[in-house]
Amino acid sequence: MTIENGNGRGEVMVTEMTGKLNRWSTGRNRWINALGVASVLAIGLDVYLGLWVTPPDRVQGNLVRLLYIHPALATVALYVAFPLAALCSALWLWRRTRSSFFDRLAASSVEVGIVFIALTIVTGSLWGRPVWGVYWTWDATLTTTALLLLEFLGYVAIRRSTTDPERRARRSAIAALVAFVDVPLIQSTMVWWKTLHQKATVLLGSSTDIHGIMAVTFALSFLAFLLLFLWMLINRYRIEVIKDDMQGRTMEDAINNRIAESKVRIEDLLVKAPVSAGVLSSSTEDTREPNAGVVHTTSSRSASTELSPAVPADTFGSDL
Amino acid sequence: MPNSLILLNKVVSIVGQFPVLAGVSLQVDAGEVVLIEGPNGAGKSSLLRLCAGLLPVSRGDGQIFGFDLQTERAQVRRHVGLLGHSVALYDELTVRENLVFQIKAARGDTTRIPLALELLGLTGRLIDTRAGSLSAGQRRRAAIAILVARNPDIWLLDEPHASLDARARNILDDIILQAAASGNTILVASHEPDAFAGRTISVSGGVVVYDTAMDATPRAFKGPDTADSGEASMVRALSADGGGYHVA
Amino acid sequence: MWRDALLIAGKDIRIEMRSKVVINQMAPFALLVLILFAFALGPDRTPLINATPGLFWVAVLFSTMFAIQRSFSLEASEGLHDSIILAGIDPAGFFIGKLLAIASELGVLEILTAVGIIILYGAHIVSVLVLLSSCVLGTIGLAAAGTMYGALVSGMRLRETLLPLLFLPVASPVLIAGTRSWQSGLVGSHVSAAPWLWILVAFAVLYICVGIVLYGPMEDM
Repeated sequence: MTIENGNGRGEVMVTEMTGKLNRWSTGRNRWINALGVASVLAIGLDVYLGLWVTPPDRVQGNLVRLLYIHPALATVALYVAFPLAALCSALWLWRRTRSSFFDRLAASSVEVGIVFIALTIVTGSLWGRPVWGVYWTWDATLTTTALLLLEFLGYVAIRRSTTDPERRARRSAIAALVAFVDVPLIQSTMVWWKTLHQKATVLLGSSTDIHGIMAVTFALSFLAFLLLFLWMLINRYRIEVIKDDMQGRTMEDAINNRIAESKVRIEDLLVKAPVSAGVLSSSTEDTREPNAGVVHTTSSRSASTELSPAVPADTFGSDL
Repeated sequence: MPNSLILLNKVVSIVGQFPVLAGVSLQVDAGEVVLIEGPNGAGKSSLLRLCAGLLPVSRGDGQIFGFDLQTERAQVRRHVGLLGHSVALYDELTVRENLVFQIKAARGDTTRIPLALELLGLTGRLIDTRAGSLSAGQRRRAAIAILVARNPDIWLLDEPHASLDARARNILDDIILQAAASGNTILVASHEPDAFAGRTISVSGGVVVYDTAMDATPRAFKGPDTADSGEASMVRALSADGGGYHVA
Repeated sequence: MWRDALLIAGKDIRIEMRSKVVINQMAPFALLVLILFAFALGPDRTPLINATPGLFWVAVLFSTMFAIQRSFSLEASEGLHDSIILAGIDPAGFFIGKLLAIASELGVLEILTAVGIIILYGAHIVSVLVLLSSCVLGTIGLAAAGTMYGALVSGMRLRETLLPLLFLPVASPVLIAGTRSWQSGLVGSHVSAAPWLWILVAFAVLYICVGIVLYGPMEDM
């Protein structure tokens, strides 16, 4: 079991929903497997249609085949992954909907989003090299996307360097929102700054003819990558749940070990002092030293754990 | 509703994946002076920080002044003053400036500042000396002066005697007794058994293992789990089976 | 909120007046950046003058990071961090206070840097008003976003490396808009300053709002 206590209480509905979703996603689940199969099939079909069935473009030749990958990747990353992460972060911060579900989902969405954004940038520069003559150009859309990738990476960095679950959720949720509100601003700045990118209208056929099978393949690519995103997202979420579960279990041990540290002290109190207030206070100073060594030898738990009782608790609160 | 100012019920507090508190139950009434003792790393400081609303409540629940430690931390903090290991002074500000800032920040009564400074023997040249150039003992006295001037309902003192000379220790003890007499509740974590404490609790392994109030002056715990998890019975349980017990 | 803001700002500025960290360390650093750029771009006046607006804002951006780190190091000790929380200071007030202190420190720094640029690079001022308003707006925006991130990473072990990673991408609109408006104010090229100043306004307003709303939940860590 995970430590759910820190996440705002009450709000039974959210907790229940989270529980159900966790069970649903971690168990053997044929819907998830079906989703995986569907996404692989859809991508396979997209590749087949894109490479063999659709004709080359009049202007761009075979390069046009990138049309069946790049826009879909970008759309999923920019319009699904990032907004989803921001939404989940906001829901986590709002006390009434606070639940580890949203924290995990936000984190999963960002991580899968990073893969999609990175692929977007790679396929974009592959496309840009022959069309624009350079791999990289300081174009608005490109630069915005690159900055988004950096912000995503910052989010992951802040997540990785915080261990306390509650604090990690809080920090990353705020990081996601603070970065998210910047996106429209970055976008408009970049557009005014410089733009070269093909307007999205190109895809609707102003200079390029998209007809019949090309349109079908183009539309299919969006579906295929969306399915892939969802499948990866659910699996990433699953891993988070399992990790938290393990942490919950080790936490049980840690708490029991921590309590066991008191054993020596209690024996001390019982042996040295017939329980009474006066003797207790006078015996504290002189009994501590001789018994310091006893901690390791007599207590049964010190062998089974790496948490040495000799280390003061404060050492572990390093990210306070 | 609360006849106890501090009411902790099996509180587990996890900081950075380590349970600094592993199920603390404690009940303190208004006007009590409680000495918290125990070996290094036992959880004494953590217990005080928990009561100040500075540590998360991972399991169990607790109320300070009737306010929930999880959901009403802001209200809890208004009633407590904490004298921690690390002295809360800005090095670049003078003693007086530090006090004025802290008292204003806490919306306290700034007219109490001269009195507090005098009480702690911070007079003359010392008042306008930057905190950075004070000695350790003087810094601690300044920190105590902040507490005195602010006069919160609950005083949480973590090793308050550290680096104080004999004279200052006596003054501190007097201050504590006076504050308690005027109805403030005081928790002192210390290695030094002192005359002023009417009650001593032993903390070890993140739990309260012994409480003189349970024995010398028996009192009924009003919490729901009095019968089976009071600290006195925990001592008994442990001595019986030699370890290996688990938190409920 | 304003009471707490002024209290915090007053305290921070008083500490800065005493310790003079910004003046004694960051101003020489900004000057050093200007000189290093001159080395990198060569002694020719033309490339230097062309690059002047960008150099100015890059210097400001780096100084901002130092100012933020310095500002949050004041409360880095556990005792002071706790005491601020226990005092029950309004989080929005704390945010505004830090923002004001950081912005005013940066303001002093910018004046010195601007003087340095005019003397070292021989830049010609076309419109003081444009330069000044772009500085004021950009600085407030940088200080607001920077305060958010400074608080977010304060208390983390890796804060020195995390701060630039998180803050610099977010601050990029200020760098671009500030540079563009300075181009119109300095060189007097055909660039119109108005849209860029609006971006600076939007950035500042956005992050002040974000700070006021989100600083409370953030501080409770």
